[in-house]
This record gives sequence, structure tokens and C-alpha cells, in this order.
Amino acid sequence: MGIGEWPVLRQVTGTDTTGRGRAVKSRRTDGLRSRIADADQVVKSVCPYCAVGCGQNVYVRNGRVVQIEGDPDSPISRGRLCPKGSASLQLTTGEARRFEVLHRRPHAADWEVLDLGTAMDVLADRVIETRRRYWQWEHGGKRVRRTMGIASLGGATLDNEENYLMKKLYTALGAIQIENQARI
Amino acid sequence: MAECHPVGFQWVMEAKARGATVIHVDPRYTRTSALCDIHVPIRVGSDIAFLGGIINYVIEHEAYFRDYVVAFTNGPSIVTEEYRDTEDLDGVFSGLDPERRRYDPHSWQCEGVPVTAAPGQGEQETDTPTGQRAAADRTVTPAAADGTVTPAAADCDETLEHPRCVFQIVKRHFARYTPEMVEQVCGVPRELFLAVCRAMAENSGRERTTAIAYAVGWTQHSVGVQYIRTAAILQLLLGNIGRPGGGILALRGHASIQGSTDIPTLYNLLPGYLPMPQAQRDQDLEAFVAAASAEKGIWGDARSFVVSLLKAWWGSHATEENAYCFDYLPRLTGGHSTYETVMTQLDGECKGYFLVGENPAVGSANAKMQRLGMANLDWLVVRDFSLIESATWWKDGPEIETGEMRTEDIATEVFFFPAAAHTEKNGSFTNTQRMLQWHHAAVEPAGDARSDLWFYYHLGRIIREKLSGSTDEMDRPLLDLQWEYPTEGPAGEPSAEAVLAEINGWDAEGRPLVSFKNLRDDGSTACGCWIYCGVHADGVNQAARRKPGSEQSWVAPEWGWAWPANRRILYNRASADRQGRPWSERKAYVWWDEQEAKWVGHDIADFDPSRPPWHRPPADAKGAEALAGDDAFIMQADGKGWLYVPTGLADGPLPAHYEPQDSPFPNLLYPHQQRNPVREVFPRRHNRYHPDPDTDGSEVFPYMLTTYRLTEHHTAGGMSRWLPYLSELQPEMFCEISPELAEERGLEHNGWATIVTARGAIEARVMVTDRVPPIVVQGRVLHQIGLPYHWGPNGYTRGDAANELAHISLDPNSHIPEVKAMTGDIRPGRRPRGPALNALLEDYVRRAGITPDTGTEVRSGA
Amino acid sequence: MAPNPFRSLLEDTDPATASGYVDPPPRMGFFTDTSICIGCKACEVACKEWNHVPAGSLRYTGMSYDNTMGLGADTWRHVAFIEQRKPPAGRLPERAGTDGSDGIRWLMASDVCKHCTHAACLDVCPTGALFRTEFGTVVVQQDICNGCGYCIPACPYGVIDQRRGDGRAWKCTLCYDRIGVGAEPACAKACPTDSIQFGVVNELRQRADRRLAQLHDAGVLDARLYGRDPGDGVGGNGAFFLLLDEPEVYGLPPDPIVTTRDLPAMWRRVATAAALLAGTVALSFFRRER
Repeated sequence: MGIGEWPVLRQVTGTDTTGRGRAVKSRRTDGLRSRIADADQVVKSVCPYCAVGCGQNVYVRNGRVVQIEGDPDSPISRGRLCPKGSASLQLTTGEARRFEVLHRRPHAADWEVLDLGTAMDVLADRVIETRRRYWQWEHGGKRVRRTMGIASLGGATLDNEENYLMKKLYTALGAIQIENQARI
Repeated sequence: MAECHPVGFQWVMEAKARGATVIHVDPRYTRTSALCDIHVPIRVGSDIAFLGGIINYVIEHEAYFRDYVVAFTNGPSIVTEEYRDTEDLDGVFSGLDPERRRYDPHSWQCEGVPVTAAPGQGEQETDTPTGQRAAADRTVTPAAADGTVTPAAADCDETLEHPRCVFQIVKRHFARYTPEMVEQVCGVPRELFLAVCRAMAENSGRERTTAIAYAVGWTQHSVGVQYIRTAAILQLLLGNIGRPGGGILALRGHASIQGSTDIPTLYNLLPGYLPMPQAQRDQDLEAFVAAASAEKGIWGDARSFVVSLLKAWWGSHATEENAYCFDYLPRLTGGHSTYETVMTQLDGECKGYFLVGENPAVGSANAKMQRLGMANLDWLVVRDFSLIESATWWKDGPEIETGEMRTEDIATEVFFFPAAAHTEKNGSFTNTQRMLQWHHAAVEPAGDARSDLWFYYHLGRIIREKLSGSTDEMDRPLLDLQWEYPTEGPAGEPSAEAVLAEINGWDAEGRPLVSFKNLRDDGSTACGCWIYCGVHADGVNQAARRKPGSEQSWVAPEWGWAWPANRRILYNRASADRQGRPWSERKAYVWWDEQEAKWVGHDIADFDPSRPPWHRPPADAKGAEALAGDDAFIMQADGKGWLYVPTGLADGPLPAHYEPQDSPFPNLLYPHQQRNPVREVFPRRHNRYHPDPDTDGSEVFPYMLTTYRLTEHHTAGGMSRWLPYLSELQPEMFCEISPELAEERGLEHNGWATIVTARGAIEARVMVTDRVPPIVVQGRVLHQIGLPYHWGPNGYTRGDAANELAHISLDPNSHIPEVKAMTGDIRPGRRPRGPALNALLEDYVRRAGITPDTGTEVRSGA
Repeated sequence: MAPNPFRSLLEDTDPATASGYVDPPPRMGFFTDTSICIGCKACEVACKEWNHVPAGSLRYTGMSYDNTMGLGADTWRHVAFIEQRKPPAGRLPERAGTDGSDGIRWLMASDVCKHCTHAACLDVCPTGALFRTEFGTVVVQQDICNGCGYCIPACPYGVIDQRRGDGRAWKCTLCYDRIGVGAEPACAKACPTDSIQFGVVNELRQRADRRLAQLHDAGVLDARLYGRDPGDGVGGNGAFFLLLDEPEVYGLPPDPIVTTRDLPAMWRRVATAAALLAGTVALSFFRRER
């Protein structure tokens, strides 16, 4: 700190004679930057909680999400968010999130970490096998062309495009017990 | 609404500031009640009686909007002579088949001209005869020079006087819903009830409109769909549908729960509310289309929607010769809802299960049966952010604690896949107003976290690769599937916009379609979801439009994209009178412009814009072309809003108040029919129902329970209980009870209570509050117990799950469980641990004299 | 003539000007209209997200829906919930006597640092960590604060607090790093019903006056403004409130007084004493030399 930055000197020589304002402003305070103003990118998004569909602005800096807040342009929400929407940053960047695939073998007491590629491959085998084992061409004398072996629950928290691929794939697999939160 | 949709509630506050009266009907005094003008504490499970009482008031006081009712509803339609109402049959409708627990709806038809339900509305998996597909068409002469319309009623009576016209049937049906009855059934004092009636009646008509907002407080009942129907009748009588400031607004709780219904991850639907084929009926495309179509209205074009969908899925493999691969679609045999799926899991028929952003071990009714079902699987996939209860029940679930299950005995193989967040993927959500909004990926997901788009695309890709040599006919739908999507980025993320483009559809040259009106039934168009057609018009992602609200009209048509055709209010033809003039200047929305000879206004007309109000279709017109100029309800087969539902509902053409599955009160309105006769019951060991009121054992469960959400948490907690910032705001499971109940049961504020039903027992901290007042029902004081349902044993804040208490007894239309109105007991102290918990339950079941048959009857009086 | 260093403590003046800012921007503050607060706590969460305030402990209090229990080092916005056996004023007349819940009302109010015109916390801060910004707000500079804690008893509202395990004093900054770039503070931006309004203090005062008159006209006679009056014991607040009951009901002091109000007089006495002492010392030297 240079001598000119001494608060006392600034107090005596400047207009802030009480030493409670400008004179005592620290270098950190002076250098304070807003992470919304400093963002590399503001990405337009939508709140993931309820179905009001509040607009969100996602602020990105150095490849990381640094802030999520309401989008004032939205005619639905006018920039506002509820406590859950306001917690979107913690939801998406908080410590509770998992980033590893876990696998529990039949009868096992605990999880094991599994490689994503292996997990997808093993799962595809399970789907093929279950589908084949529980395949029905007919039911009650009527053609049904389906499997009752596979079911799915979920979709209301997902994107339309995701629901679309789910329904398309499941239908091609012949799985009909496909449901989501709308029933709950 | 302030509790669960706070940001939406800003518009209620804005309306209030402009003079609107805000009425809140809720058993509890919530954050919404605190800001409203009138709070009506109501007995849980009695809303049909309450709304029916308002209908009776509106008819008795001739406060209905007569011109609207005559012009736009089926009030004038004549019902067949065979129809018998609950008035005639002691609380049930004609056609009840007690053996099969269902109604035969034939006698409910309108005279001479049976109409079909819109496919998405009804789901009678039955032998509903095909062939009765003619649309009810009201022959009305063109408008005279003075603008008046002279009706020439064929099968309707526009004087509304015919004793079998819908209006008169509705009037008779609701006549017993008197203010006195409302007071007795709902526990709502007569004066308070009448204040609500007056407020609604005075605020409806030409100059004013009233809106009704609801959420799962109405749907989660064994007669839930009829709750909404009662509201629909009321709003149609008052002329509050299709008009600004009116409507019935479903407040949905998940970001894209509307979208997941439109593009359904639901068993009974295909995209755009097309039905899934049923084995009994739909063995070929023609039969299927016949069942899905209506002669008149938009559903008249169902064949185009179906063929375009099949083209989107099976592409060049779908040809006219093979009926566009219709046979590739699996068929239904009865109900396959998530609760029925649990039964198939318990029965060993369903062995593989995907959970995708769902937590049934906490969030679904009868949480124990959900876990027992999962324990009977070969494999389970959980895709979520964190290790939710549905991922870990096999090592630390409640049944491990009680000793009912041992981890080493459980054979279920479990895969946990970490999910990407909304900030890490492109895609669209459809909000509660049917509006699609695109969210853009901001960053790549870390580690093995992936979008569900990635997961399903690559799962499908790997399965197809593994089966690529197969000649087995069962594999044809997979191998012929159109499954080529461009991928991008290091993880090979499929392009969400490419998927959206397929949903929108294209013509034979691959050009994006502009409107569902472009769809053809000859295989020349492909479209993944006909109601979303136009969302990628001109190759532009319309859902990503973000013209600031401040730079456009109050309707904000250039923000996102609403289905259908970017229309913001459905049935907006009804905002103008029969001649196309606004009902009032104040409530003008769309209207017929004589000079321009088209419909103009603030929104896109829900109608062919060049079709004049007096238009009468030629006799041979079909589909949308068969709509007359005053057929405002374009999705209905008769173009009218239905006061009375001639077909499409499983439990009657009109709503009737039935008591909840578990209720401490007899049904005062229909003394010989306690419950919805065709509700779906599942008499299983872990799903016992409570005794009938006023029978031996009923006193064991004297209180009513209801579940709900808090502002600070989200549904089953997967997106809130793991967050410290939200958890600290509501850090523990609690129950809300009145001081009177606390006194009666010796419960202390901030102490512990155990709440018990025949299904489960949970513990909760006690909040004694005046906000859950005891009410007087049928001369008896009733205590109601409030239970937030967010908690479970995992997460940052933990607690017992309210859904341990819930039974599975479903609405027969929607297959939604009745968690909003149950009975139970409450006692001081924490619940027992270990095997003692089940001993407590067994003691309750024994004391209440519960058997497998308890509460499963069809006809009470019989 | 040198300006009187104590002037700002004695007069209604612009606090930024009084703290040496030449031609500062207008004074900014909050008007929190509790009559439209829905108690959603978006303000609490939005504040924490923006300012990286640590989450508190999980502590179920049973105090209605309030589980954070007051402002502190880790709670810079706090929503109070007050359940009363008292009919809400200004509702529809026909409702009177008919509503089963007529006898209760549920008050909700989001509290925050008042950013006093005369801020005792700032007056007593020996390090200059607490300072007056050009917007007239009061902010702790965390690189300066040494955790002495003098500010804590000085606050007449009990707002500022030391963070456990850190020792330094923390409180609302009125999002100094946001308003500096023309953004609203996080709480005001999130607030779904606009119960928390951010703006130029003089304009907010006018808005509050209009809202009060409107409520009085509607029969809500309990409505009152709190902290709006520049003539009160703290010279008025930069963050003031519309309440629906006595301040004590919300846990607010009814008549807050800047705890350093008597400082100028005290300093004059100290100066006199010092002069006297100096004179005595000089005299003693003088005497010794003699």
C-alpha cells in the first residue's frame, strides 16, 4: 500500500473529513467487480422447477456457471424467481450432485463405481434380454406386439425433445408401461 | 398459488391491485390465503359439493350467461330417453355394471347424433361401438340482416326448456346442491358460501370474467376428473371460457409436465393426444383411425396426424402398403398406469424399470408398495442429480430398518446414472400455459453426467447395433426406426434442435411444416407431434424467441411458442358473440372484422380466420371444414363446450359428489352411494382401506389428512432437500394441526407426533396453528391434519415421507391416486423403530377390523 | 473553514455527501411493502446465492414458517412470519363474521439492514472497514474488518453480526457490487410480488406515501411506514418498510436511536478534558523549568 492510500492521509487531505466514506474505501472495494457484469456469456434459460416457466439468465465465466437469476425480458416472470428458482445455482453447481455412474450388483451390500461406456453397454444387454424374455405377441387372443417386462417413470422434469426420444424408443421396444409425474 | 407458484402469483397480486376479488378455497390458511380477500376453509374431498352448490346458485338465480350458453355450449342438446341421472338411480348413473366395476356409457348420448370424445379426453378401453361417429350438428340458419340468428334447432332446444335438454338435466342434477347441503358437506358456513357465489356471479358476464386456478388439490382424488368437470360446467355457464381473464388454469408443478403430456411419457397416449392402440379394438390402422377421429372438428383430421407420426418414426419403411408400419405399435389391454405397473412388478411380470427424474419411493402414493415393487425387479435404472431414496432403498430404506427386507436378499441390480442439469443441455420446456420455451446449454456437464437426450439416443443406438443382424420380426420396429440424429461436442450429445425439427415435421421435400393444417394422410408429410407443428416453422426455432415482453403487446405472442399455432387462449372464438362481435369492449379479444372479412384481435383466432360467424358448412363437410362459424370449441365433435359429457368419461356424464375412499362421513348428497362406484381399487396386503363411516372400527381413524407442498421445497425433494439454501428454510418434516386437536390428543407444539393409517405410520414435528381450523361437518367437529410430502430418509434435510400413509385408490379416468383426502389417527411421540413399527400398524388394522374387502364395494346400498 | 466533522450526525443530509463524496449518485435504498409479501423467502435465497453467504444450520423452530430466526452474519434478508388472532383489515365487508378463519391473519415481512442515515456501526468502526458508499449505503469491507465487534452492539436493530469461525462482521451490502453496475440488489430482483422495491430513496418515500394512503383509504388503518421519516432517531433509513402492525410485532424496535447520537457532545467533552490535561502538563513543565 502506497502512502497515498493511507486512509488517515486521505481523510485529512480529502473531502471525507469524518473518515467514513470515500477516504476509507479499500483497494479491494475499489476493485470490486460484479460477476454479472464480468460474465463472458449470458445464456438464456428457463427455470427447471415448476411449470410457470420463469425466464432465467445464466451467467458464464471461464467455462463455469457463476450466477443464475431472473430474465427481466420474460413476459411471464419479469425477472423474478421464487426461492427454488433463486437456488438454481446451488442446484446445478452445488456439492450434492453426483458425477459418477454407480452400480449395485444383485444382493450386494454397496455400490461400485462403473465406467459410463460399460454401464451403457451392460444396460443395453439387460434391456434386450428382458424385452425378449417378457415379449408378448398376443394377449387374450389379440395381437399386442409388446413387452410387459420393461417400465419407465419420469419425464415431467425433462425436455420435450427428451420425452420424444423416450416415447419413440420405448414404443419401438414394445414397452408400454411408460409414465410420468402427470399421473402422480 | 402463492405457496407453489409464487412468481405466477404476481399476476394475481396485480389483478388485486386493480380491484379484483381474490378467493382462496383451501382446508388450510396458506400464504395464498394471507393475501386473498376471502378464504374459505373447506373439508378436504368435498369440492364437487362446493362447486355444485355454486352451479345451483347460478342457475337458481338465473345468473348464468344465457347468450353464451345458447351459442357455445351443449346446453340446448337433447339427451336420449334412456339416460338416467343420479337423481333417478339413487346416486349412480345409468349403465353401471357392478360386476365389471364400470359404466356402459351408451345411454349418456345426445339424441340421434352420438358424438365421440376427443381422443385425448377419454379412455374407455372398451368395446365402445365404432360406427356411432356422426357429429352432433346443430342446424342454425344464417344470421339475418339485423345480425340476429334464428336457430332452427334439429336436435337441440335453444330455449333451454326441453325437459331432456342438457341445461335442464344439469339444473335438475344440481338442484340438491343447496347452500344448506354445502354447509353440511363442506363445513362452509352458508353466508360465506353465498358470498363466494355472489362474487363469482357478479364478476361474470359480458363485461367481466372470472378465472379459476387449481392444482393437484383437485386432481388427486378418486373422483378428481369430475372436480375439474364441475369447474368447467360453472365456467361455461358463466361464460368464462375462451375469454380474457377467464378460464380454468391448471397450475402444474414440474417444468415440463405439460410437455410430457403433450409428447407423452404416458402409457395411454401417443404424441399430440392420439390414443395408444388398444388390442381389442385397434388391430389395424383403419380401425384405429376410426376410433381416434371425429366427423367434425379438428379430430376429423386424425388420420393425417397418425400417418405423419408413423412417418416420423419409421420413415421410408412406413408405406401405404404396410399401413405406415401401424403394426409396429404395441397395443394396450386395459390400464397400464404407474400404479398398475407397481402391481405388475409385485406380480413378477415387470422386471426392468427406468426412473428418470422421479422418486416414487417418496413421491408416489403408498411408498412402501413402490419399494416392494422395485425389490422384485431384475434391474433398476435411476437417473438423477443425487442419490435419492428410490436409488438406495435396498441398503437403507424403511423396510431395511423394520427388518422386512435384508439387503443381501434383494436381487435387484441397480444402475445410477448422474443427470445433466438444465444449464447443461439444449431443449424446450412446455409451461403450464402450453408455451414452449427453449433453454440453451451454458456449459458441458461434468464427469459422467449426461442429458436424458444423450442417454436415450445412445441407449437406442447401442441396442440397434447389437440387434443389427437380427431377422426376428420382433426387432423390426427397432431396426427400422429413424434414429439418426447429428451429435455434437466431445460427449456426442445429440442435437436437440434436430429432434425439435422432427417433432415439427417436414414435407416430402424435407421442408419444415408451418402448421398442422399442412399434414397429409398419404405419407407425404412426417410430424412427431401434430399439436407442436409450427414450432420449427421456416426452420426457425420458434420456442427460442425472446422478444422482450416490454416491447410487445400484453399477449406477448413473440415470446416462445404456444401450441396450437402459437395461440395463447384456446377457444378464443368464444370471446365474441355469435355474430362475431366482442361481448363487450372491455373484454374484446378476437372479433370478426367486416371490412377485412376476417377474424382479427389480440391473439391468433382459434379458427379459420376467413370463416365468417354465420358460416354453415356443406352437409358433406368433414373435420375442421365441418365447423360452423359459431362452433367455438373446435376440438369437440359438436363444436360446443360440454356442460354434459355424453362420452369420454368413465364415471358419469355429470359430476356427483362422492366421499373419498377413506372418509369419516357418510355421503349426505347420495346416502346410498358412499364412494365413486367405478374408482379403481387394489385390495392388496399393503394397501388396506379404512372402514366405512359410522361402522365398527371407523373411529380408529377419526381425522382427515391431506398432503401438500411448501414454497421452500419441490415435490419429492430431489431438487430441494439436497440444497442447503432451501433446506435451512424448512428443515424438518412437520404436521400442522389445530390447538383443539392438540388438546384432544395431548400433542405439544414443537414436540413429535406419529400419524397412522392402515398403510403406514410416520413421525413429524408438531406445528400447532390456527391456520388449520377445525370445521363443523354434518354437525360434528372435524379436525384436519396437514402433511407436507417433501421429505424422505435421504438428503441434507431428512424426515418421514407422507406417502407412506397413502393408499392406492385411483380416479377411473386419470388413474391418479387420492392423496389429498384420507383419514388417519395422530398420537403424541415418535414412531416405533424396527419391527415395532409394523406391530403398531397391525394393531391398528386389527382394532379397525380391516379385511381385504374393506372399502372395496361398488354399490353402497346394495 | 474546515467542515464540522460531526455535522452529518446532527442534520438530515445526504449521507454520501456528508461522507466526502462530491456530486454522488442519488441515495439508493429499499422500500419493503409487507402488505404484499407472500413469505416465499426468495429474497433470502437470492441474497445468499449472490453474496455467497453460508447456509445456516438446520434448526426447526416451530415459529410459524420462520426457521432462520432473524438477521445475522449468515442471514442478510430475513422473512418474519407472525400468526395473529386478529381479523385482517380491509377485506370484503361481506366476509365479516362468516369466514372460519376470519379471526386470524398471517403477517409476513422481509427484514434487512436499514442502511441508516446516521449509522452507529460505521461511527464506531475503528478500522474503517465499515464505510459509507457513494449510494449512501453502509458496507463492511471484509479486507479491512479485524473482527473487533464494536459495530455489533452499536446497531440499534441488531442487524450486523460476527460470523462464527471467521470473526468478521457481515451484513447486507445492498448488493454494492450490483448497484454499481446498474443492477438491482439480488433480493429485490427476485421478489415475486415486488414487495421489495429498490430505487432512489426519495422516490421510494413518495411511493411509500402513496401506498400508505391507498391502504388507509381501503380501510387498512393498521398500515404504517417504518424508517421512512428523516426526523427519527437514526435520521431515517435507506431501507424502510410498510408494516401492518406495531414494529415490535415484527421484532423491530419501535423508536430506534443511533447509539452514537451523543458522540459529538462526548467528543467535545473529551477535547476539553484533553486541552485541560495538556495545559496542566505544560504548566508542570513550566513550573519545573522555573
